[in-house]
Amino acid sequence: MNGVHDMGGMDGFGKVAPDPHEVPFHAEWQARSFALNRVMGSAGEWNIDVGRHWIETLPPAVYLSSSYYKKWFLRLERLCLHRGLVSEAELSSGRSSGPGRPLKRKPLSGSQAGAAVSRPNHDRPPRAPAVFTVGQKVRARKIHPRSHTRLPRFARGHVGTIERIQGCHTFPDAMVDKGIEQGEWLYTVVFDGRELWGPDAEDGTSVSIEAFEPYLEPA
Amino acid sequence: MPNDHDHDHDHDHHHDHEHGSELSEMQLRVRALETILTEKGYVDPAALDSIIETYETKIGPHIGAQVVARAWVDSGFREALLADASKAIAKLGLEQKVGDHLIAVENTPSTHNMIVCTLCSCYPWDLLGLPPAWYKSAPYRARTVKEPRRVLADFGVTLPDETKVRVWDSTAETRFIVLPMRPAATEGWSEEKLAALVTRDSMIGTGFAKAANEATA
Repeated sequence: MNGVHDMGGMDGFGKVAPDPHEVPFHAEWQARSFALNRVMGSAGEWNIDVGRHWIETLPPAVYLSSSYYKKWFLRLERLCLHRGLVSEAELSSGRSSGPGRPLKRKPLSGSQAGAAVSRPNHDRPPRAPAVFTVGQKVRARKIHPRSHTRLPRFARGHVGTIERIQGCHTFPDAMVDKGIEQGEWLYTVVFDGRELWGPDAEDGTSVSIEAFEPYLEPA
Repeated sequence: MPNDHDHDHDHDHHHDHEHGSELSEMQLRVRALETILTEKGYVDPAALDSIIETYETKIGPHIGAQVVARAWVDSGFREALLADASKAIAKLGLEQKVGDHLIAVENTPSTHNMIVCTLCSCYPWDLLGLPPAWYKSAPYRARTVKEPRRVLADFGVTLPDETKVRVWDSTAETRFIVLPMRPAATEGWSEEKLAALVTRDSMIGTGFAKAANEATA
């Protein structure tokens, strides 16, 4: 979807402000919200693509004005409601009105859960050999799906070069739009700064994206 | 205090601990959801505590720094890391497991690499811990792909004009770490001493490793 989350190339947000006193969490609720998301995310009720989609579909003004962990919280609250894990009445009373339903997988539990948190593997069996080869020129397709996609707007319609083949991974677009786990070849595609930004590019810059095969066509 | 970044607090940290009567809206909402999910049997509060403790105290840039220091002293490991970072790091036997699809990219005098996630805030948590607020902020996500040299200037970093800048947008489930250049005058240093020179920002590409004379230990 062409949402405000797709920020690459936008102007007007001001300077980047590094904070020399950075801490992981700036309030206790941020830490709890982070951990709640990790635990509920391990229950197999949704995957990373669906989780991201529910952040991207927050109203644009909410997205832009909420901190990172507030967005995570709002996503979790909405997903729990949508999947029937909690009710509106429970959220407004702050108490459960009855036991939960069975979850698809047993979520992370116990005092060793932190050690068990890990990034899952996204390899999926290919349905066909990779279409593109390293060094080949490709164009990022001009597509504007209304659902979740990982093809950023700034790359669409532009010509780049296949630099690496990263294997065959779960295709996020199909996961969110159709609810199916479909393997697609993933490529690192590098674009010259001038190709993306024309005369406004900085000299000697290039940008790569990680592009699934359906995003690309021969150039 | 800078006012134009997506700072990760809603000004309620002032109320957090000492002033229990001034609970923020977010504290109340998060607490309510945690209570409900716990009462329903979905969530074990001990798991929440353990996850928070892990990210606050165990997982952080010191893990990435160990990997970088090893690559600086061991050319075989460096090559293996650049070929398949997940596999190479798994063989180091680090205490914390590192995930799959990790890619290490090497800075050289001719090419400087920077990592961003324009669509989200993807970051190699397992090597660097949770991302800093600026990495998740709109300015960094918006500008890095278009004007990386100006973004570097915000970090006080200037590259020679002839050094090319390569930005990696983490749009899929691949994760990236930058292998910074080894500082001059560190020949013969131990891995431990070298690791102390490796900053978090140098592994994102918004900084360099510290110089030999900036070593603290």
